[in-house]
Amino acid sequence: MSDDTTTGELGSDLVGADDEDLLIAQAAVEARRGGVGHGNKIGMPVEKSDNFVATLKRLGEILGREAWLLMVVFGLTLASVVCVVVGPRLLGKATDVIVNGVTSGGIDFGQLHRQLGWVAALYFAAWALSAAQSWLLAGVVQRSMYGLRESVEHKINRLPLSYIDRHSRGDLLSRVTNDIDNLSQSLSQTVSTIVQGILVLIGVAIMMFLVSPLLALVALVMVPVSLGLVKYIGAKARPRYLSQWRYTGVVNGQAEEVFTGHAIVKSFGRQRQAEEKFEGDNDQLYEATFGAAFVSGLIQPLTVFVGNLQFVMMAVVGGLRISSGAITIGDMQAMIQYVRQFSQPMTQLASMASTFQSGIASLERVLELLDAEELSDEQADTVDPQPVQGRIAFDHVSFSYLPDQPLINDLSVVAEPGQTIAIVGPTGAGKTTIVNLLMRFYELDSGSISIDGRDIASMPRAELRKKIGMVLQDTWLFGGTIRENLAYGNPDATDEQIIEAARATYVDRFVRRLPDGYDTVINDEGDNISAGEKQLMTIARAFLADPSILILDEATSSVDTRTEVMIQEAMNALRASRTSFVIAHRLSTIRGADVIMVMESGRIVEQGSHDQLIEANGAYARLYNAQFAGQAT
Amino acid sequence: MNLSRLLKRHLHPYRRTIEIVILFQALQTIANLMIPTLSADLINDGVLVGDNDFIWRTGGIMLLFSAVQVLLAVAAMYFGSRVAMGFARDIRRDLFHQVTDFSAREVGHFGAPSLITRITNDVQQVQMLVVMGVTMMIAAPITMVVGTVMAVREDVGLSIVLAVAIPAIVVSLGAIVLSMVPSFQKMQIRIDHLNTVLREQLTGIRVVRAFVREPQETKRFADANEDLTVVALRAGRLMSLMFPTVGLVVNLASIGVLWVGADRIASGDIEVGSLIAYLSYAVQVLFSVVMVTFMISMIPRASVSSDRIMEVIDTDTTVVAPTNPVTALTERGTLEFRNVGFRYPGAEQPVLANISFRIEPGQTTAIIGATGSGKSTLVSLVSRLMDATEGTVLVDGVDVRQLDPDLLWGKIGYAPQKSYLFSGTVASNLRFGKPDATDAELWEALDIAQASDFVQAMPDGLNSEIAQGGTNVSGGQRQRLAIARALVVRPEIYVFDDSFSALDLTTDARLRAALAPHTTESAMLIVAQRVSTIRHANQVLVLERGQLVGVGTHDELIETCPTYAEIVQSQDVREVAA
Repeated sequence: MSDDTTTGELGSDLVGADDEDLLIAQAAVEARRGGVGHGNKIGMPVEKSDNFVATLKRLGEILGREAWLLMVVFGLTLASVVCVVVGPRLLGKATDVIVNGVTSGGIDFGQLHRQLGWVAALYFAAWALSAAQSWLLAGVVQRSMYGLRESVEHKINRLPLSYIDRHSRGDLLSRVTNDIDNLSQSLSQTVSTIVQGILVLIGVAIMMFLVSPLLALVALVMVPVSLGLVKYIGAKARPRYLSQWRYTGVVNGQAEEVFTGHAIVKSFGRQRQAEEKFEGDNDQLYEATFGAAFVSGLIQPLTVFVGNLQFVMMAVVGGLRISSGAITIGDMQAMIQYVRQFSQPMTQLASMASTFQSGIASLERVLELLDAEELSDEQADTVDPQPVQGRIAFDHVSFSYLPDQPLINDLSVVAEPGQTIAIVGPTGAGKTTIVNLLMRFYELDSGSISIDGRDIASMPRAELRKKIGMVLQDTWLFGGTIRENLAYGNPDATDEQIIEAARATYVDRFVRRLPDGYDTVINDEGDNISAGEKQLMTIARAFLADPSILILDEATSSVDTRTEVMIQEAMNALRASRTSFVIAHRLSTIRGADVIMVMESGRIVEQGSHDQLIEANGAYARLYNAQFAGQAT
Repeated sequence: MNLSRLLKRHLHPYRRTIEIVILFQALQTIANLMIPTLSADLINDGVLVGDNDFIWRTGGIMLLFSAVQVLLAVAAMYFGSRVAMGFARDIRRDLFHQVTDFSAREVGHFGAPSLITRITNDVQQVQMLVVMGVTMMIAAPITMVVGTVMAVREDVGLSIVLAVAIPAIVVSLGAIVLSMVPSFQKMQIRIDHLNTVLREQLTGIRVVRAFVREPQETKRFADANEDLTVVALRAGRLMSLMFPTVGLVVNLASIGVLWVGADRIASGDIEVGSLIAYLSYAVQVLFSVVMVTFMISMIPRASVSSDRIMEVIDTDTTVVAPTNPVTALTERGTLEFRNVGFRYPGAEQPVLANISFRIEPGQTTAIIGATGSGKSTLVSLVSRLMDATEGTVLVDGVDVRQLDPDLLWGKIGYAPQKSYLFSGTVASNLRFGKPDATDAELWEALDIAQASDFVQAMPDGLNSEIAQGGTNVSGGQRQRLAIARALVVRPEIYVFDDSFSALDLTTDARLRAALAPHTTESAMLIVAQRVSTIRHANQVLVLERGQLVGVGTHDELIETCPTYAEIVQSQDVREVAA
């Protein structure tokens, strides 16, 4: 074999299909590695490495839902790897035809063109196989991400309110958008390359042992070095990725909070402080993303260096063996080809490892949310055959948000069907907590609440809440039209019903003034609707839901009193056949209540009708007269 | 184009570092181009001839080059990462700054969820492009030029292959990239939408649960999720065609080199050695074309994102700080409206028209009026959350638009209608307007706001934790903390936007009584619903549909203003009688 021949085959080897794919994919990795950070739960400790394995398993479960498709992807990858390994071989043969032709005086063009035709066919096959493979894999990844986002949303519906109340909204949002986006990008880049790379490595390793076990050992001795390097750098990169995504969550949270409380930040002149705080977090994110990008960016040049080291070692050992006649030049030539073929996927895998880790760090944050403790299990859906009478009994109810701070102590009260129960008392006496407990937003510590003799704890939450219509002090409307918002509790409502409810609650009056009427789009920040108008809409919403039990928690606090008087009339009609709980500071709102409960520090200190309580001249009478205290000053 | 504006503007501070990166990358690329030549020499003149000295020598040189290359690559990576991450950090900082500069109107225009996506996800898309650029875009053109020169030096005739292959790559990748553009545009909008839906579910979770709307909310989320998945899948699939297609073109090119090269060898134009060398250079050149094209493929998504970023940065706040603020104040503790009007752009009806009144130090003016009559809008003009579109608002005798905003805000203690607390502690919230307030000052404010009892009862007192939005305290407690927060400022002008409505009457009365001695030199503007809250105000303004329909004291207005009389009538009979 002449020098030219050898060089020729080495040259053709450079054209192997794997090289380009690998390098292009590396380009993607480079880009990805810089991916701006996203964050972890605030204050979360640095992960232990066994979490990584556990998270990998969960990833397997998530992707495993499409196991059969993954098998197909695997099969296609295997087939394309075969093409990739065989391709350079055939191209080398074509070079041989040319070289032989030159030495023998005439190139056999027929044979050359046939040979090249075969190679072209093979490359087309490789193209079709890997395109099909990536196409299918994109589907698997995107559907899995769909599933993951869906699980998060389901999870939010099953989390206790205490969890939602305690966590930064911006951070929760970051997990669904930024983290899942990162995971999806990292999976679509790494999965097929990793599978392909491993297959190429195994194939090449087998070929090397077939050619020369000794040289194969020499070549493979660098594998543990590469692996050790990848592992070492990986261990350094991992906490940096975790903190990258954690600080993305922090930055997202800080932005969310300040943008939400924008008016306060402005009018307290706190812009500069908010910016300073943001900049602090932003700098942390900068350091974290830089650290992750730099440390994981070391892998690629270092593995290339190891590859070169390996090559030189091979050359030295091979040269000595040839001198001693132990191996043939042909074997040596083949080995060198394989070493080259071996180091490319090695470098590739090393780079992919870091991208993959970034994705796993994000997945961990998503799983952390998915693994949070859920609400107690519901009993099987039982349909309540009887119509609701509306007798509500609190029996020795105790509750506290924090273990050492009892809020409701041994509270017992009965609301007969159709009665209106007013709850009054100083702020913080536990009035709103009563609502939280009746709605089962929070669970009791002890005692029970029953509706028509049935313990609400044994009722599915949905069934319980369907019986109850609630209007809260905090108005909340979703981004949609006024019509959609009114029909929120009763999606089947007809337009007539909607307008009827709107008229009864004086919503119709201002809606008619809006250019788009009931089709006006509103949102939580919307400035086209005033706070009082929003409150009217929440009343209309409850009106339309037509519940058996009504809860009005400061339902009209932002509505002017004239409008309130009018709404009162509508509400009286609404309340007539329903048991209602009314919390209000305006005594005009509650004067007509059947029972007025006066609460202080989680206890009922007085109860009775307005007249009885005034007569008794106790806490209620003091409260009632208190509005005149202002006069004295 | 927004992308180039964004890059120009935010990469400018890093131009020195970028120069270093370019230098290192160039040297690294050249070292890299040497290695194949050295390894070919090593095989051909060393291993295959059994020249061990040559192997050692060339092997050493090769490792040396390789080591130098690694060092350069690492250094380039270090500086390149600094540039790319610093670039992203600066954009986030500028975006945040811009949004905090915005008035309420601009924030409402974009919507908080969209602003949040822009500050994290969109910035990330542009950052990816920059990372890509600084880490490899410098190597690509060098490889391309050097490779082409070397290839053409080997044989000009073979260049027909490159002349076909390069356009083939550009066209095939270009077609794929162009068809991805619409998907990327939709993708950011749909991430926004998903964010909006989920944020609404979190903020409205009590209502969602109360109305048992989980199934519908799940459906709404599923729709948004589906919409996002459809575009992401389309983009992902097009992307999946890219690598195999590029690989195919490069492979076909190498077949082409052999095909054409065989003819040229047969005709004696070139040697076999040149053919082989040409082949490896051609692959390098094509690969660098791929790199450039790949980077170009990232431009569509980055471009969509930079449009969204620049849209925020280019939006001027409607409330601008004066260039030459007035510093000489003639009065202290006064607030005056002179023929003030406010109208949203394009709206037929003004929200406020022709409002004039004046509050002297130590005096209280109350505003009462029907829901939607413009009370909150009026209040938001004082602290310049929005600017009046007609007339002037004067604080201490100076047009608020002429005052330094920090000075203005320092004079105002504002308690909004929807009390919002920030995550942190009771103390951190109270110090919001006066970071250096002492604990004693905080307790005094809490005392006045009738909030010290429950704060004392909290396990950690002033250091008790407050959840975002203040959801872990009751509505009334939140309101009182919001009032205390305004009191800590010891402002010259108090603005209470319906802040007392969530308080029970006792607390309301006690609070006002406790507040009175502290406001003898301050102007007080109160929006209220209850007549009892405002009956002792020096002046009551009755608003109806943005117009002042009555100005005077409680007693005067009962006689002269029918609207006010009706309001009083609608409230407790005893209150009227008393």
